[in-house]
Amino acid sequence: MKVVIIDYGAGNTRSVQLALERIGVHARLTAEADEIREAEKVIFPGVGHARSAMDVLRNKKLDTLIPSLRQPVLGICLGMQLLCTHSEEGDTPCLGIFDEQVKLFPASGKVPHMGWNTAAVSDGTALFPAGWYYFVHSYYVPLSSYTVLSCDYITGFAAAIQRDNFYGVQFHPEKSGKAGEVLLANFLKL
Amino acid sequence: MLAKRIIPCLDIRDGRTVKGINFENIRDAGDAVELARIYAQQGADELVLLDITATHEKRKTLYELVGRVAAEVNIPFTVGGGISTVEDVGILLSNGADKISVNSAAVRNKKLIAGIADKYGSQCVVLAIDARQEERRWIVYLNGGRVRTGMDLYDWAAEAEQLGAGEILFTSMDHDGTRDGFALDALRQLSEHIRIPVIASGGAGSMVHFRDVFTDGLADAALAASVFHFGQISIPNLKDHLSSQNISIRPQLK
Repeated sequence: MKVVIIDYGAGNTRSVQLALERIGVHARLTAEADEIREAEKVIFPGVGHARSAMDVLRNKKLDTLIPSLRQPVLGICLGMQLLCTHSEEGDTPCLGIFDEQVKLFPASGKVPHMGWNTAAVSDGTALFPAGWYYFVHSYYVPLSSYTVLSCDYITGFAAAIQRDNFYGVQFHPEKSGKAGEVLLANFLKL
Repeated sequence: MLAKRIIPCLDIRDGRTVKGINFENIRDAGDAVELARIYAQQGADELVLLDITATHEKRKTLYELVGRVAAEVNIPFTVGGGISTVEDVGILLSNGADKISVNSAAVRNKKLIAGIADKYGSQCVVLAIDARQEERRWIVYLNGGRVRTGMDLYDWAAEAEQLGAGEILFTSMDHDGTRDGFALDALRQLSEHIRIPVIASGGAGSMVHFRDVFTDGLADAALAASVFHFGQISIPNLKDHLSSQNISIRPQLK
């Protein structure tokens, strides 16, 4: 199976690649439009700042490519947030696949939300089992009709979202032990 | 509910784990990759790899070790020891480390934390602080406790938060190696003074100490080394105990 990880200089691509190796899948890191378009599965990771990430996507013309993809696409952490319409982080217009505004956590608790938390099923699909996952983020996607897993930290927020062939997880499946490996394996079986 | 984290610390020298008791007498406790994998399987929530040699010539050994740990371990891990430039951080992250910790170099060069946070994000910057109580103040020490700064623990932690640190790893030098429990009062005060997570280190000796560090010390995570390495406390037993005390803990996968 041809799996690619979109490599746009935003953080944890190596960790995602290593996690896939552990479940027996070799994924290529790439920013080439043709290679991404031809892949059977696309993983869109990300760690860092929304504005600088969107700048890189635009420079590489990935901002128009990603919304046009028809195969399963999994956004991870910042990758999931960039699939939304807008982020409060740097007041950044994003890719607009999910009609959602990414918000900063209110200051009534410690930010970032860092560590293991439970995700509960809002709208069950076998792809996203409920369980303990590892989160690190200061911004969140609000609960909505796209939400398939929800989490609670300061406020309720979307731990996983889905629309058509687009999937997003706020947590890091590549660092979430066995639970994360199961989720990645499920995504690759789509 | 967000879980309190249990973090074994692997002190690394030449690719193997060692433990310094009160930063002195070093004892060998095994192969680092193997130990990391076992801890992950047992339910450790994160790992810290602290390179205590950190000499320039040995850096490559550390980078290779980080790469091997990243390949085999499916939980987050932090690498610390001797990191003094943004370039060091880039190499460690590209080898698969999730976070790095800085200590002495961040005091000597106040631009270091901001430089790392701007380039790689606050989530990967752990500021390690070693401090000792003198009269009523907690004073920051550098170079594994050998150099006194005169800086106040709480002031430095708050400044680091402003500079972009994502977490504070506070080691009480007074408690480290004693196994008499964590520095609960200082930890509580620190946790209330800043808005980023606090990792408690120094003094773990029993399961009750871990309960206390979360309930009384308000720590977000607790780090320990020898009690885990030498088997005094097993992580599955510790997690069962903490769960029975109504502390939010990620249960061990059966």
